[in-house]
Amino acid sequence: MIDTVDVGIKIGGAAGQGIQTIGAVLSKTFQRGGLYVFGVQHYYSRVRGGHNFFYARISNKPIYAMRERVNLLIALDHASIDEHLGELERGVVVVDRDSVKVDSESESLFHVPLKSIADDVGGSQLYANTVATGAVLGLLCYPFDILSDVLSQTFKKKGDAVVEKNIASARAGYDYAQKNFPGRCPIMLEPVEKPNSRMLITGNEAVGLGALAAGLKFLSAYPMTPSTGVMNYVASKADSLGVVVEQAEDEISAITMAVGASFAGVRSMTTTSGGGFSLMVEALGLAGMTETPIVIFLCQRPGPATGLPTMTEQGDLEFALHAAQGEFPRCVLAPKTADDAFYITSKAFNIADKYQIPVFILSDQYLADSVFTCERFDLDQIKIERYLMKDAELEGADYMRYKFTKSGISPRALPGTAGVLVVADSDEHDEAGHINESVENRVAMSDKRMGKLSLLRKEMSLPAVYGPAHAPLTLIGWGSTYGPLKEAVDILKAEGVDVNLISFNEIYPLPIKKINKILERAEKTVSIENNATGQFARVLKAELGFTVSHSILKYDGRPFTPEYIVRELSKMVVV
Amino acid sequence: MVSVDDFRGGETAWCPGCGNFGVLMAVKTALVKLGKMPHEVLLVSGIGQSGKLPHYMKCNTFNSLHGRTIPPATGAKAANHGLTVLAVGGDGDTYGEGGNHFIHGIRRNPDITMIVHNNQIYGLTKGQASPTSDLGMKTKVQSHGVFETPLNPLALAISLDCGFVSRGFSGDINHLSSLIAKAIKHKGFSLVDMLQPCVIFNRLNTFKWYKERVYKLSDSDYSPDDRTAAFEKSLEWGDKIPLGVFYERSGPSFEDNLPALADGALAKQINHPDAGTLNKLIEMFM
Ligand SMILES: Cc1ncc(C[n+]2csc(CCOP(=O)(O)OP(=O)(O)O)c2C)c(N)n1
Ligand SMILES: [Mg+2]
Repeated sequence: MIDTVDVGIKIGGAAGQGIQTIGAVLSKTFQRGGLYVFGVQHYYSRVRGGHNFFYARISNKPIYAMRERVNLLIALDHASIDEHLGELERGVVVVDRDSVKVDSESESLFHVPLKSIADDVGGSQLYANTVATGAVLGLLCYPFDILSDVLSQTFKKKGDAVVEKNIASARAGYDYAQKNFPGRCPIMLEPVEKPNSRMLITGNEAVGLGALAAGLKFLSAYPMTPSTGVMNYVASKADSLGVVVEQAEDEISAITMAVGASFAGVRSMTTTSGGGFSLMVEALGLAGMTETPIVIFLCQRPGPATGLPTMTEQGDLEFALHAAQGEFPRCVLAPKTADDAFYITSKAFNIADKYQIPVFILSDQYLADSVFTCERFDLDQIKIERYLMKDAELEGADYMRYKFTKSGISPRALPGTAGVLVVADSDEHDEAGHINESVENRVAMSDKRMGKLSLLRKEMSLPAVYGPAHAPLTLIGWGSTYGPLKEAVDILKAEGVDVNLISFNEIYPLPIKKINKILERAEKTVSIENNATGQFARVLKAELGFTVSHSILKYDGRPFTPEYIVRELSKMVVV
Repeated sequence: MVSVDDFRGGETAWCPGCGNFGVLMAVKTALVKLGKMPHEVLLVSGIGQSGKLPHYMKCNTFNSLHGRTIPPATGAKAANHGLTVLAVGGDGDTYGEGGNHFIHGIRRNPDITMIVHNNQIYGLTKGQASPTSDLGMKTKVQSHGVFETPLNPLALAISLDCGFVSRGFSGDINHLSSLIAKAIKHKGFSLVDMLQPCVIFNRLNTFKWYKERVYKLSDSDYSPDDRTAAFEKSLEWGDKIPLGVFYERSGPSFEDNLPALADGALAKQINHPDAGTLNKLIEMFM
């Protein structure tokens, strides 16, 4: 059996020092070597300065979360030493002691003159981060050619000169480490021989790619961290797939533009975070009332108001569930990982089209910005179903946009079709789409719309159960907390604790009976959420009448770690 | 051949004598003049007395929210640029609640025609001041008279270099319908601001008040291609109120700037993205 390799690398520095580049290049270099990588970004709301870090966990086994321990620290600023030295476990520090003062002396401090090497080799201190990347790989004796390939690819767009300078800087750092610290690094990270077909992708990129694969044609949005990555990704690929991406003047425009495009016949989406969604609320109801399909990517960050703009929280679940006046059906999906985000995004478009309703993809900063190692996405699993009327069905029909049907779903035709007029209205309307305020019509139309929810409820997937079907302790989570929860279960199992995990990614509407069957088996239940009030536990109570017995709530803007969950559980003496 | 009757919709619920009747007739007449079929036309409206217009028309309609006419019209036009897209709204709708969309809609320049029923009052909510209400007008809310400087929609549009800026009067259906027809023919965002008396709530700007003041810009001594002159003209208000096309210029529309539309209307393109391209995108993450 191969030994488990599991290494945590932290790169700390000020904004603008190229931490993200080091993180991305290292992650890719390890992933190309057949290793599994999980990366998290922690940054503050500023473009320059401050202390930020990137954390990458590397293993030869699949991994789903960050861990607290650090084995290798690249300290580009003094704060990295102050804040992260204590996290080191049998680890090493790469630091340029010419510019970062370190008072203590230790065997594990490796001084690499990053800036002067960068100056000498690259002709600018800007290459210090690449020197650091090279030095780390030199320490680990990791094959340089994988790094140089990744550097070529990363900097290709900036031209040959930049590529060459980066490779030379990396080489110099690599050689420096090999020459000065031969055999002194206690960490082993070797490429795995087998070729692999795995991807390294962030949650936001996966949503964007999922939307493109689902046939997205129109995206309108107003930038807002942490949602912006989806708009950026889709915009960067829009030309290759004939997609329109428009930056709107505000979020009200963003969502209503998308509604208009969808009404006229194309798959449409808007992307935002809580503040922007607050502005979209009335138009959410417009989509509900006019029965126009729309996908809303709502990427949560801690609120209220501006909150903690670059951090994470699961605080907008109930907001998404209840936003807008009146009652209308909606659907909320909360992906667990990047690959889940890819597949669930395509499902969101199918549900929106089938039921002619707004569908949320509820993500958060943690999922949005983290890099996941995923098996190659399988396009065969993506089915595009538009549920539009066929030309033959339209022939001679006296078309009515809101025709009453058994399912509540009215056949959908598009404006511009000869012989058909599509009349949509935000007022309460009759089957033909015209204002109607009568008692009978109001009740019938409301029943029609809400009837779609009952139908959708039956189609929603069940939560996944990880671990034994029956256990004295059941953890309950939703969305992005899946990774840390799954690993917490693994840690507990190794300690002999009998525990399982129920993780939800299809949040609303819940298939009540089937879920109750699963929850019935549970004994002690702990709901674990990234918010202050246990919103999902309240949804379970309201929807299913189910009461969780305990909860662990974290609302400090930072994501869960498996260790944190285990510690909190033991404090509660439930384990 | 289409006729005005082909565009006739449901029973109207406007007050007798309302200026909106003239607008309705002018819109229908313009569409007939241009030979448009009802299924080729999409009318997007806001909420207000003006917003009810779609219900009295027969064509594709999308009755949106108060203030939100321009964005859905823009989205629909981008999705199917074969449609003739008209947006109709009130003065409160377009210049107040939807003011941001008006500004940026002009900048974006989608090929849509914005028809504003400018009665200088909030009709539907029974008589509060609107952004275009004249100074001093008293209402239940503005009991001391309006003191906010009235918004000048034409001057604002011209300052933003809007490609087609015009004003009509609901009391002159022929002139108004020819303005609307020109506006529809113009490629890009076109504005038709219409003076339209509200017979119940606006006792200041009555039919008579407008009638005594409006005059038409004549082809012989006014040419709409000079932006500075147009701006100056747009400031004229009071004893004399000009009607007609104040400013017109051509330029690329929003849709012209969208490479995705090169292969035809998005709504008509196949729904399945190219698998080869998607595979390439996937491989970029490997
Ligand atoms: C978000 C929102 N705010 C307020 C209203 C109430 N409302 C409906 S129409 C209107 C103003 C109508 O004035 P205008 O746009 O000038 O249209 P008119 O009735 O004069 O044609 C208002 C305030 C609403 N429907 N929605
Ligand atoms: Mg008005």
